[in-house]
Amino acid sequence: MEPAERRSLPLSRSPERSEGEAKGWARYRNVAGLIAFIVLIVALGWVEMVRPLGFRFRDFTGGLVTFDTLIRIGILTIVVVGLNLLMGYAGQISLGQAAFFGLGAYVSAIMTTIATRHNALLEVSLSWWWPWLAILAGMALTGVFAYLIGKPILRLRGNYLAMATLGVGIVMYTLFREGESITGGNDGIAGIPRLSIGNHFQLWPMERYYFLVWAVAIAVIIVALNIVNSRVGRALRAIHGSEVAANVTGIDTARYKVQILVISAMIASLAGSLYAHFQALIAPTPFSFVASVELVCMAAVGGLASIWGAPFGVSFVYVVREVLRARIHKLLRGAGGEHELIAYGIILVLIMIFMPEGLTAGSVHLVRRLQRRVREPQNMNHKDHKA
Amino acid sequence: MQQSRNPERSEGTRRGSKWSRTATTIVGILALIAVVLFLGSQKHFGPQHYVQLAIDGIRGGSIYALIALGFVVIHSVTGIINFAQGEFVMLGAMLCVTVYHSHLPLSPPLKLALAVFSAVIGTTLIGGIMERVTIYPARRAPVVALIIITIGVTIAMRAMALILWGTRPYFVPAFTTLEMSDLTLRFGGVIVKAQSFWIWGTVAVVLGILAFFFERTIMGKALRACAVNRRGAQLMGINPSRMSLLAFSLAAALGAIGGMVMAPATRPTYDMGLMLGLKGFVAAIMGGLISSPGAVVGGLVLGVAENIGAGVTSAGYKDIIVFVILILILLFRPQGFIGGGERAVEEA
Repeated sequence: MEPAERRSLPLSRSPERSEGEAKGWARYRNVAGLIAFIVLIVALGWVEMVRPLGFRFRDFTGGLVTFDTLIRIGILTIVVVGLNLLMGYAGQISLGQAAFFGLGAYVSAIMTTIATRHNALLEVSLSWWWPWLAILAGMALTGVFAYLIGKPILRLRGNYLAMATLGVGIVMYTLFREGESITGGNDGIAGIPRLSIGNHFQLWPMERYYFLVWAVAIAVIIVALNIVNSRVGRALRAIHGSEVAANVTGIDTARYKVQILVISAMIASLAGSLYAHFQALIAPTPFSFVASVELVCMAAVGGLASIWGAPFGVSFVYVVREVLRARIHKLLRGAGGEHELIAYGIILVLIMIFMPEGLTAGSVHLVRRLQRRVREPQNMNHKDHKA
Repeated sequence: MQQSRNPERSEGTRRGSKWSRTATTIVGILALIAVVLFLGSQKHFGPQHYVQLAIDGIRGGSIYALIALGFVVIHSVTGIINFAQGEFVMLGAMLCVTVYHSHLPLSPPLKLALAVFSAVIGTTLIGGIMERVTIYPARRAPVVALIIITIGVTIAMRAMALILWGTRPYFVPAFTTLEMSDLTLRFGGVIVKAQSFWIWGTVAVVLGILAFFFERTIMGKALRACAVNRRGAQLMGINPSRMSLLAFSLAAALGAIGGMVMAPATRPTYDMGLMLGLKGFVAAIMGGLISSPGAVVGGLVLGVAENIGAGVTSAGYKDIIVFVILILILLFRPQGFIGGGERAVEEA
């Protein structure tokens, strides 16, 4: 280990560029990215809705990735954007993000089904706005919960938050599993209603829900980009760079870290509620410790401290897993689910070895390095300018 | 020293808050004991019940202590939290099983001895290989990336274990009787299995060897130097990448020893690593993540607390008691119970 040469976590590719001084069309990079992203999302949704020439989305991927997966990717993108804010910008790892995700899901599920179960207050709970209220309630509860955890712990430097959230994650998961009278235990809660706007416009079938999920995801991405490029974002980057220095310049480090934890927990809760209404049935498994670890992996694969990395990280992990699940038996005779996991683990390791900054920043670096290698023999002198 | 919110806080108030903090901790612990006694009285527990629970707890706790030591060794030398630590325990137990049940023409005691040694040596090699193949090539990456690498290795290892050993639990004979049923000894109303003595003895011997290694050998001193200050150690001619390899091998060996000696007492399965690893991690945190004696004490305290807690409530809550303890510690005494932890907070 040569710690002296160890790179610190990559800050948003190069901080100067994302600030106001950015020149040329680099200033509009985020806007351009957003527009391209929205076009892509709408195009994918349009294909599924209109089915040009009888093609559905799954036909383009050879049946490997279904439309359903796109919605899941959208939901997890929301969580990972929040996690990215926390990990990449505040430098704190959360190993309990799935618990926040689950808290949102369970609050939504409980609030929308409890009335029908007890046959009381039916007018209120069957009205279209009640589930939306439940989503907000879940976010508020999760926010308060995260605040109570973060407040005492984030005063400390080091990865204490990782440990606390690890504990919280496992305790919450056990409560989801064991608290049968409220959470339904291992069977979970079924019969969660679909979301709707007004009394007649239901956000279902799937295509409509797809647009809702991705609209929320894009909104969250915009909020996150704004946070990153605001005073708070700069403060967070300063904290990440050096907490002492940040403190000395008058940044209330603890307060900013708590704020960002609360925000990322609330974002996770929002995604959890969307997940509950998508599945219509929730059980404890997707909120376990393993799920939290997976979320961290997705964030890391996409690239920490890059908001745009989130959708790519989630998609990459999901698609790799689905492809492995569908195709591994062709690569390796007699291979099953376990081989898929081995490959998944190995791919994770390889990405972190060769692209520790994540896929997005990593592939940019890789391309640059290749370019330089190609260019080098001809004009050595200009190397520095070009790089 | 806590990173207080207002840096200008005077020395006096800080000392005051330290006292009030200690007082809170003591009151908290007393309250916990009261709750435990109350719950125990509901179940009509006598003193010997508590002693029994504590003794069984110490047995589990010594294993946690070994796992925690592995965490501490790797974390203090490389800064990595090695998620694969629990898998080393699983590998130790499973390799022991495999060698014991193989068709070698040996008498059972010899076979068991061979199984034990090959389990420890095999896992140590695996730990070393893991470091060379996955950690070494990424040694310049940020720590988060390295931690995720260990997660990837964990996933792959567990899946391989699933392929090799399936989902069924295995059995290893008790070391004393070489049979399934172990010798039980009675002291008054308290029952102790003979395997417990094997566990305690092994852990004691391992701790002794480790103490000797760290205090008296040049290699151990180099490892400690690396933990205190990597840069300084490097300037003194210590090769940090060699030390990283050593730390991983040592941690793997510690895990494997824990795994093989506990194998007769629990039925090893391919997925035993996750929970054991997490509990060992909690034990390491109790010692502040940098102190070896702290990790051992943490492991023992954790084992006892967990067992008594589960005893007075219900076995279903056994797993979360550890994590409730973790949260309480982090909320009230995040620097760990052993004084050395203060440095960790300052340096981390």
